[in-house]
Amino acid sequence: MDVVDAGQAKVAEDAGAVAVMALERVPADIRRDGGVARMSDPALIEGIKAAVTIPVMAKARIGHFAEAQVLASLGVDYIDESEVLTPADEAHHIDKWPFTVPFVCGATNLGEALRRISEGAAMIRSKGEAGTGNIVEAVRHLRSILGDIRRITQADPAERYAWAKELAAPIGLVQELAETGRLPVPLFCAGGIATPADASLVMQLGAEAVFVGSGIFKSEDPARRARAIVEATAHFTDAALVAKVSTGLGSAMPGQEVAALDVRLAERGW
Amino acid sequence: MIGVLALQGDVREHLRVLEHLGEPARPVLEPADLAGVNGLVLPGGESTTLSLLLSSSGLLGPVGDLLDAGTAVFGTCAGMILLAGEVSDGRPDQAHFGGIDLEVRRNGFGSQAASFECDLEVDALGSPPLHAVFIRAPLVERAGAGVDVLARLPLGPSGSVAGTGSPVLCRQGSVLVSSFHPELTTDTRVHRYFVEMAKGA
Repeated sequence: MDVVDAGQAKVAEDAGAVAVMALERVPADIRRDGGVARMSDPALIEGIKAAVTIPVMAKARIGHFAEAQVLASLGVDYIDESEVLTPADEAHHIDKWPFTVPFVCGATNLGEALRRISEGAAMIRSKGEAGTGNIVEAVRHLRSILGDIRRITQADPAERYAWAKELAAPIGLVQELAETGRLPVPLFCAGGIATPADASLVMQLGAEAVFVGSGIFKSEDPARRARAIVEATAHFTDAALVAKVSTGLGSAMPGQEVAALDVRLAERGW
Repeated sequence: MIGVLALQGDVREHLRVLEHLGEPARPVLEPADLAGVNGLVLPGGESTTLSLLLSSSGLLGPVGDLLDAGTAVFGTCAGMILLAGEVSDGRPDQAHFGGIDLEVRRNGFGSQAASFECDLEVDALGSPPLHAVFIRAPLVERAGAGVDVLARLPLGPSGSVAGTGSPVLCRQGSVLVSSFHPELTTDTRVHRYFVEMAKGA
């Protein structure tokens, strides 16, 4: 869960979050404010680290390996090389192999996911469209990634080379997922999750965990909504339970139609 | 039938090892899933989250009853924290079963970047040494007299790993705990040991 201060981090931990993302503004506010979005102030990250016992993540700009070095030196548990911040490099992502801290990276499709893994990403999250409260892009990206994995498992071995070319991804990774039927790293879902049913939807589609950015603290009752989304993620096939935790939650964050957006964050990343 | 607590964490990995061993296993999400279970795995994950979800799912009492009844229970990493008698650096409201007389420090080796792998000598499993993966692992600071310590962190030449010599695989009666993740490697001996415990119980 995205949090901007120690108080919010405590709310997230109390609700059962498995990790928090420490940042200065949630994506909805970054989107509203415009300008250049950068790594957070180390003092903010330190404050959040001190407030909770669960892992703390922080975001570095795409390609900004110096920001990642700073985050690593702060002892964050994971680094998110994130399209929510303004990219620092329009051609290269961070070479993540020299780092001991695991990275999570966004992807809109399988090729992007495999390129990030080849650069050393230890986790992938489907990007969705952060800060919109609209699940449609997250669903598109998850279906694209998982659908292509299913197709590759059905492909003739000779066809895997064409897949690697089409995806602009290393053939070794294509061959590996053809054999195993899954990415070699966990696949999470982000960008637009606002309700317990949204969490259930993406978990049923095949996500292994859920990132909730603006969806918690832009809603009417963050503590209850956070708890409800945790429950719905754990019991994602139990519709009666999702119904129960969805009842009387107050209003969700205001949503935005993706077609009406000036900036599509998911398009950042190469 | 072995149950694997499936509220959060690396459930699939445990199920896969048990399937590989030919042992019937099922995910446990609610009390009804415990019916007919003669062994239960508490997987790695986030112990604070697992604690909350155990409580809300109504599983806290029934899992405690299983422990009281002497059913074999195996906790890895966060599962070890849930089973320990005393937990430090956790949350004060964090549930733990006290199924084994250990004092554990949550994240006792440090943050994610301090995660590590090493080989363990485990007499109960024979040779070769067991390769073990520690991820934000709990540190056992005290093991009670009734606890059988099956493996300790080796006194490595690096000396850089805090907690060298501390217990990492322990058993007390029907309860088995590891601070590492045997479900993440291809060596199935720890799970086989647990399955034998479950059959013997």
